[in-house]
Amino acid sequence: MSAIADQAGKTVSTAGESVSQPPKGAGPMQKREARLAYTMLAPTFLIILAIVLGPLVANFWISFKPVELGDLRAPKVLINERVKGKPQLAGDPATLEYRVRNSSQKNSIADAGFTDILPPGFTAQKLPDACSLTGTNLTCNIGTLEGKAREKLVIAGTVSNEYLALKKPEKASKPAVFGKADSVLTNSTFTLDNFRRVFDSDEFWSVLRVTFYYTIFGTVGALVLGLFAAQLLNTSFKGRGILRGLFLFPYVSPVIAVAFTWVVLLDPFSGTLNALLTKMGVFAEPVNFFGQRAVDLHLFGTSFEFPLALSTVIAFEAWRYFPLSFLFILARMQSVSTDIYEAAEMDGATPLQQFWYISLPQLMGILSVLFLLRFIWTFNKFDDIFLLTGGNAGTRTLTVDVYEQGFALSNLGAGAAVAVVVFVVLVTFATLFIRFSTKEEGL
Amino acid sequence: MRLLNSYVLSAVSGAVWGFLTMIVIGVTLTLITGELAIPQVGAAALAAALGALFTHLWEGKTASIGQKYAPAAIILLTLLAATFGAPFALPLSVEPLWQLIALVSFVAVTFWANRQTLDGTPKGSLTRYEKEVIFLRVAKGFGFVVFTVMVALPFYVMVMTSLKSQQQLLGNPLDLSIDLSGGLSGMFRSYIELFTQFNFGTYLTVSAIVSVATVILTLLFSVPGAYAVSRLNFPGRSWMSRSVLLIYMVPAIVLVIPLYAVFSQLGLRNSLTGLLIVYPATTIPVALYMLQGYFKGLPAELEEAGLMDGLSRLGVILKITLPLSLPALASVSLYVFMIAWNEFLFAFMFLDDPDIFTLSRGVVSLNSSEVPRQHLMAGAVIATVPVLCIFLWFERFLVQGLTAGSVKG
Repeated sequence: MSAIADQAGKTVSTAGESVSQPPKGAGPMQKREARLAYTMLAPTFLIILAIVLGPLVANFWISFKPVELGDLRAPKVLINERVKGKPQLAGDPATLEYRVRNSSQKNSIADAGFTDILPPGFTAQKLPDACSLTGTNLTCNIGTLEGKAREKLVIAGTVSNEYLALKKPEKASKPAVFGKADSVLTNSTFTLDNFRRVFDSDEFWSVLRVTFYYTIFGTVGALVLGLFAAQLLNTSFKGRGILRGLFLFPYVSPVIAVAFTWVVLLDPFSGTLNALLTKMGVFAEPVNFFGQRAVDLHLFGTSFEFPLALSTVIAFEAWRYFPLSFLFILARMQSVSTDIYEAAEMDGATPLQQFWYISLPQLMGILSVLFLLRFIWTFNKFDDIFLLTGGNAGTRTLTVDVYEQGFALSNLGAGAAVAVVVFVVLVTFATLFIRFSTKEEGL
Repeated sequence: MRLLNSYVLSAVSGAVWGFLTMIVIGVTLTLITGELAIPQVGAAALAAALGALFTHLWEGKTASIGQKYAPAAIILLTLLAATFGAPFALPLSVEPLWQLIALVSFVAVTFWANRQTLDGTPKGSLTRYEKEVIFLRVAKGFGFVVFTVMVALPFYVMVMTSLKSQQQLLGNPLDLSIDLSGGLSGMFRSYIELFTQFNFGTYLTVSAIVSVATVILTLLFSVPGAYAVSRLNFPGRSWMSRSVLLIYMVPAIVLVIPLYAVFSQLGLRNSLTGLLIVYPATTIPVALYMLQGYFKGLPAELEEAGLMDGLSRLGVILKITLPLSLPALASVSLYVFMIAWNEFLFAFMFLDDPDIFTLSRGVVSLNSSEVPRQHLMAGAVIATVPVLCIFLWFERFLVQGLTAGSVKG
């Protein structure tokens, strides 16, 4: 080993270097490896850049734009060509009429105009100022066409026999329009109105509060249910595989299927659950689980408002996602060696003590990682609430509000502004999550 | 605490069992027959408590066969006496067969549960350990029943509602029995209508194409990426492997508005191409993450041997790494398939043309007041069955992949 090092040192020194050193920086092999790695990662990187990171930035851009859903269609020049006057003989006068219109109600089109070929056998005699004629090629420059603007260009002329022989000579060529429309998405108009609108509305703060209730209780609910389910299935018995499969059903099924099933099941008029509860005398009246904002509850002499629809939505969330935490917790529990429980048993620890002092501490790592993951995912969740209540009855979360502002109220800019709020809150969580995961080494 | 001796505890546990079993059996009886069977919980709790007490009293090596099974008779007689012969508040002439089955199962379940709960419990005062064992046995049973009902009930309602007609549903929402009077075509009326009039055949095909294509695209992108992250050394490698998961946390709703705007301009919005660009982009990060976890677990020596023997990198991946990671590939494919099949938001936002609806989008279009709800439920069943079948078939892979890829212990 040392001989080789000496040799290397000698070669280096003979090459004129005074001190022998290990090579610095990446060698050719390493460079090639890195290049290969980048090539292999490039497609992934590009598609994520285009579909995830690009839109993320674009969302910030849109949130500062006064853009509505209708603005996505760029304003266009619409044109209609027809012949006035009924020429019977060659040499009769006729007028060719072009009606030009801006499709947009708001936005103007700059340098608008059109080109056309005159109908065969039509000789123009008087051209409007905007138009010029080269042979039979007509070019008309209208200039700026304001929103809602209409223009009428009339060309007087005479017809020949060739014209009369044709049925609809003006349809022989279609006018081609041109014009520069300024898209709201790409121009340099910026506004803070979207954010002002979002933060000024009374609803925003209640939406934020509902979002946090939903996220926290939905996450905790799913975790607690998952923990219990994992406890149940941590012993081996006949039919355990079947039950494990069954417990995963809510998570595996499409959200539309389970959400609509809950809606049908809990329907106040024809839902099975309400029919059961009222007929068996548990409730006097059917309960509109997804439609009622709050019910007054009287407990121990105090009465408080119980947010019914929100609680039902949270219950759904916990029901649908407990299988995920159940799987992870079960996997973790099965990796705990049984020796430790046997030792505890010998020492006379009761089952609950074993759970509290042995199982739970070992599960803390996975539980906290699951909590953070589920917290973020629940916060991001849109489909569930949208399908269950549409965000009504006090269940509107931030994500549903994005849809509500952007698409239901057709104000894309305001929707994007809410999405920015979603993202900012999320980045805060993600920062926490990174800190946590490096400590826990769970992921 | 002295009060909680074995006799009191056995009676209490019996009462819990009676209460729970009666509710479950009563509700089941109601849903199966459509007749309102009000569970007589008080009587049931009393009967099962007495049964439990005598089970405990007569337990032991000296017990005769008669003493062993007498508690069942005690449960039956107490229940009948306390409910005046109508254990489900129904006259005996209504659905006598079902009532008999319900009664027998009540007695059998409570009797068996009592025996299981009190097995090996010493008589007299109990230690904390012994008390907790009884408590946990009851709690576990309770948990099993609650979880099973909680999960199974919605699916049962979904399937049964889809088999009913509008009149039946409005007439008696409690009746979720199988009605064979209309024959098979009467039972599956909703399904037949969905496929003939509502275009569900197309939706099914489109969903299948989109999901399978998403799986293929995702694998094409994520396998090389995962390999690079797990095996090759390059600056930014650890940063890469961590940030990949962060991408998975970007909420879809934040992407929807810009993508909607851009895709509208490009003409990609109302097209399957658009979906096939978005779906892989959202699944690649998680697939890459799961795969790199698995690749890291494979012994690197095998690949080095392949390289020594003159295989190129591509050859190593194709001939050594991929065959070794078939289970991981299977579970990633399954997971991605599930995500694509169940995806709702982008399908809902992007697709307007009923000819290219995916199932999720198609079922949402059934959610209107003009379409009867058994159609909605039939649509839900059609959307659920394929993904559940695939899941049950490959459950092992999915469970392993989900947990092994991301949990290190």
